[in-house]
Amino acid sequence: MSSTAAEALPLRPPMSPLRRATLGFAVVALACLAVADIEVSTVDPWTEMGRLALGMVTPDFTATGALLESLLHTVSFALLGVAFGNALGFALALVFEWRVVRVGCAFVRAVHELFWALIFLQVLGLTPWTGILAIGIPYAGIIAKVYAEILEEADPAPARALAPGTGRVSTFLYARMPDVLTHFRSYSLYRLECGLRSSAVLGFVGLPTLGFHLESAFAQGEYSQASALLILFWVLIATIRQWLRRPLLPIYLLAAVALLPAGLPVSAQSAWNFFTHDIVPYPLRTAETIDVAAVLETFEWLRVLLVEQALPGVVDTLVLTMIALVATGLLTLALFPLVSPRFLGRWGRRAGHVFLVVMRSTPEYVLAYVFLQLLGPSMLPAIIALSLHNGGIIAHLVGRFTEALPRQPQRLRVPDRYFYEVLPQVYPQFLAFLFYRWEVILRETAILGMLGIATLGFYVDSAFADIRFDRAMVLILVTAALNIAVDAVSRSVRARLRLRTTFETV
Amino acid sequence: MSDLFALRGASVHYGGKAALSDLSLTIRRGERVALVGRSGAGKSTLLRLLFGQAGEDVALVSQELGLVKTLSVFHNVYMARLRRHGALYNLANLLRPWPREVAAVRAVLERVDLAEKLYAPAGELSGGQQQRTAVARALHQHSPVILADEPVSAVDEHQSRRVLDAICEAHETVVLAMHDLALAIAYSDRVVGLVDGRITLDRPSAGLRPEDLDELYGG
Repeated sequence: MSSTAAEALPLRPPMSPLRRATLGFAVVALACLAVADIEVSTVDPWTEMGRLALGMVTPDFTATGALLESLLHTVSFALLGVAFGNALGFALALVFEWRVVRVGCAFVRAVHELFWALIFLQVLGLTPWTGILAIGIPYAGIIAKVYAEILEEADPAPARALAPGTGRVSTFLYARMPDVLTHFRSYSLYRLECGLRSSAVLGFVGLPTLGFHLESAFAQGEYSQASALLILFWVLIATIRQWLRRPLLPIYLLAAVALLPAGLPVSAQSAWNFFTHDIVPYPLRTAETIDVAAVLETFEWLRVLLVEQALPGVVDTLVLTMIALVATGLLTLALFPLVSPRFLGRWGRRAGHVFLVVMRSTPEYVLAYVFLQLLGPSMLPAIIALSLHNGGIIAHLVGRFTEALPRQPQRLRVPDRYFYEVLPQVYPQFLAFLFYRWEVILRETAILGMLGIATLGFYVDSAFADIRFDRAMVLILVTAALNIAVDAVSRSVRARLRLRTTFETV
Repeated sequence: MSDLFALRGASVHYGGKAALSDLSLTIRRGERVALVGRSGAGKSTLLRLLFGQAGEDVALVSQELGLVKTLSVFHNVYMARLRRHGALYNLANLLRPWPREVAAVRAVLERVDLAEKLYAPAGELSGGQQQRTAVARALHQHSPVILADEPVSAVDEHQSRRVLDAICEAHETVVLAMHDLALAIAYSDRVVGLVDGRITLDRPSAGLRPEDLDELYGG
């Protein structure tokens, strides 16, 4: 030990940017935890939990007609909604360099499917179009962005090699499309899985999908029926690659159109009223003439709404999101070995996959409902529901990522293999996935608002329930702005840490 | 002296193609063996076979190196000692290196002239530096036996000798796969030549000149 260059080195390594970022997020989450309401308030949750557990192990499939019907509706809405979003998203991806398209897409995808459904219910009534558009519109915004990224990454050389004068359409079909098609396909499949979850969730606001029956089964304490619905849904999602065959897709889409219920449209008059009357701020709507007094009153109305509902909603939404984000990360790190060939054999991994499918395809609403029963009303059920659901998704992705890691010459013991070999190699990828989910977690807090957890979703839902659509619109705009802001922060953090991920994972 | 490795009629096939055929080789403790031959002759396969046959205490430098590129050089070298410590000690060392482990790793790195890269992530090093990191990790295992596959192929002439000196000083038994014939002869006391998965030459290094090995590379 004599080299002077080496002597000058500190005894401890400098902190890496990834480690510093991790520490920063953990500190923020702890601070949020300190101000969050996470008190356990149930006195005797065990009777109800006992009935729930009993129901879960004794699924009741006897109501086959209703079960099958709600399942078919769920698949139909998902197929048509995703097909619509795919077609529109693809078209928008081609013109994604237009600023208006980029901003429009950012806006529509910042609003949760449930809010779109609540809006379309007012305009279109309980019709198939409400479900299709509630899924299709936000999905078009997401798909346009992802497809545009894929097109940007595609090899530009074939297009340059074409003879001058080749038409734009021909250039696209021959030189661009073949390269990106496989990415589009695999991303569409991923979106369909998301679409099935979204479709099920739309039942919570009244569409005739799985969520509708699930909510009534839970509300009436019919836990055996609820578990039958959940089991069917898990099987549906776990076997998606088996039943979704490309040649069958046109048949599925036609069947979906045929299977959807006719529904109850609202009158054209009330749809028109929604835009021209219902969503106009109350002071403006009731003013006899639009004068200075009316405008001032509208500002006051807006100020009260922002201070009394939007602000506390934003604070609680952010607090919940930050805690859920870090909890999701911790859960992911604990769970990904379940599906990683570096830690488990084939059969162990299979069991792990089943476990993760159950975790990620159980709607957050159901998870939150169960934990509300167990722990009483506070932020805790929402934190648990969000981190279980999202942890299941990211653990699956990280586990798959470990399949491609190079192997070490020496076989290490399990803890050493985890901390020295696997974790350092997956960590950047893991953080990239997690930061991608940040904005998704924020959006998902909307659903939990419907269970009474005081996020922005709660205030939006209450405004709809009170038929105060003017308030609902303002609150939805605030929600969208918050989503866009968090997305921007997430993007800048990812850029600063130089984290990149593949398209299939947004 | 006892036999450390003993292969009798060993064959290895990759997808129907023979990488080693009917190969017999005995290596005793304390020997320094250089494996030479054209690329594809079976040197790496033979080393892997020996490694698989060996008990626990053999250090290996494979051609893929097997570094964790996101970890620092310090942690990569320390990995050789993981099994000598408990998991908690190792975890603590990952978060906050123990001073005595840092001192030990630094001492090893100095033998391959890499001490100044102690805290650099392995992925940011040049090819030759990564190779020296892998050698340092093997040295830090403190095994009596080392199997090394082209350990200095990306290192310059002067440093190659430093690295090979370090390897030979630290191990009782050394098996090196080498493409530089002069170095192979200088750092071994026995040269084993392979052609198409068979041993065609097995001679003491003393008095051997690089030209004597031409037959392995001809035709």
